[in-house]
Amino acid sequence: MLTAGIAGIGRTTLFLIREMGRMVVFLSSTTAWLFRPPLRPFQILKQLHFIGFKSMFVVVLTAAFTGMVLGLQGYYTLRKYGSEAALGAAVALSIIRELGPVLAALMVTARAGSAMTAEIGIMRITEQIDALDTMAINPLQYLISPKVVAGLIGVPLLVAIFDVVGIYGGYLVGVDLLGGNSGAYWNSIESAVEWKDVYGGIWKSVSFGLIVTWVCCYKGYYTRMSAEGLGTATTEAVVLASVLILVWDYFLTSVLL
Amino acid sequence: MSKVSTIKLVGVEKAFGSQQVLRGVDLTIPPGKLTTIIGPSGEGKSVLLKHMIGLLQPDRGEVWVDGLEISRLKGKALNEVRKRFAMLFQGAALFDSLTVFGNVAFPLREKLRLPEPDVTRRVEEKLAQVGLSGMGHKFPAELSGGMRKRAGLARALVMEPEIILFDEPTTGLDPLMAKTIHDLIVAMQRTFRFTAVMVSHEIPEVFAISDWVAMLKEGKIVAMAPSADFQRSTNPSVLEFISVGGPAPLASALPGS
Ligand SMILES: Nc1ncnc2c1ncn2[C@@H]1O[C@H](COP(=O)(O)OP(=O)(O)OP(=O)(O)O)[C@@H](O)[C@H]1O
Ligand SMILES: [Mg+2]
Repeated sequence: MLTAGIAGIGRTTLFLIREMGRMVVFLSSTTAWLFRPPLRPFQILKQLHFIGFKSMFVVVLTAAFTGMVLGLQGYYTLRKYGSEAALGAAVALSIIRELGPVLAALMVTARAGSAMTAEIGIMRITEQIDALDTMAINPLQYLISPKVVAGLIGVPLLVAIFDVVGIYGGYLVGVDLLGGNSGAYWNSIESAVEWKDVYGGIWKSVSFGLIVTWVCCYKGYYTRMSAEGLGTATTEAVVLASVLILVWDYFLTSVLL
Repeated sequence: MSKVSTIKLVGVEKAFGSQQVLRGVDLTIPPGKLTTIIGPSGEGKSVLLKHMIGLLQPDRGEVWVDGLEISRLKGKALNEVRKRFAMLFQGAALFDSLTVFGNVAFPLREKLRLPEPDVTRRVEEKLAQVGLSGMGHKFPAELSGGMRKRAGLARALVMEPEIILFDEPTTGLDPLMAKTIHDLIVAMQRTFRFTAVMVSHEIPEVFAISDWVAMLKEGKIVAMAPSADFQRSTNPSVLEFISVGGPAPLASALPGS
């Protein structure tokens, strides 16, 4: 009983270490292939359209409601202390530093990341990746690199949109609906938000873009050869990417603060 | 096609997990000829083909292509070898994201970097030969299984390489179309003199078109002979296998019957 338990733990640990090793190798080969010709600007644009443009609707929606709920909560909390004037700062800082990058990245994971895993997974199962190999075309370069580049560019852009929409969402509720002071809202933002906060948010979103595309492409690339394997891969990709985003967010925050 | 290539497998063994698929395959593919591999379903014929082009690595044994042992090659060296091959996969392995035209044009554009008018000319020609004229604009998802197979065949033939591997080129086609495809493969092979390896269940048709026939059973090549001699084989597994498929041309030819 006991030895079986210990053996099980050992096996799981070995599996996890091997999996992590494979993920690191996957990322470093993809990175290496990024810089080798031919560069594929058209592929990158296509992926940017898929990851960025097609995620815009859901990101705007999330941003609007996040900003609105922050406006609502913030207004009533701050009013207890008579500092409704700081509402703009409270909304903007929460969104720019934390919620914008994290929520936008989670939305991209759910919408584009899972689709990426499924797409690459299907290509694996139907031997399209093998076909690329037989044509002496590196699948990492042809398939994965453009997605990673698109993630690095697309997620920060989405986060920028998220930030703007979120701040207006807070304004809508805090000022238009609940009657806070419009000038105070914008003034408090101007005086409280520093460039440091903005840069921090950008760094976060760039690294989240990498995490989403890396994890989701990896899981698709190593899909096991069955329809069930495809389902598992998609679920694992979304869960792992989301968890990594939150853990990495904590690390970055503790470093950036 | 100035050069003809031989493929030689020596003692190739391959297992997936606990399932031993190949148990010591010794096989020499004659250069510039059409060799057909027959054998029961699930015995490892597709696995065998994938070893020839380095998609799978043997657990033990060697794979030689013209005096070069390829089973341990990687990266660039392996790609150099693969440039001399084309492969038709059992499931066609067409790229979902490209049209039929795009699929057939893909190796010409990516590998040979031909000018676009040449690409169009060669693709249209091949599509006509496999009976897919006017279908170039369709996506693989819009094709029937047999049409996909023929598009995959066009993609393999369009490169005019030194070696072509065909995994069941006629499975899923009606008898008339199967004959057309067989005739096309034979005509191409006679014209360009490439080394052809075909996996097929079309017995007895394959005897008429192949130069050599080999049979894979229980992980080994149990018989290999020029097509005419193969039909007169006295090997019991061969007899059993080929007499179910066709009109049993052998029973009367058996010595002692
Ligand atoms: N990538 C793989 N992972 C695990 N098992 C595999 C893999 N590829 C093939 N197999 C197993 O190897 C065995 C041989 O498969 P293969 O596809 O070569 O058969 P086949 O002779 O081509 O059959 P068919 O005539 O039906 O195409 C099968 O049992 C299959 O399950
Ligand atoms: Mg097969």
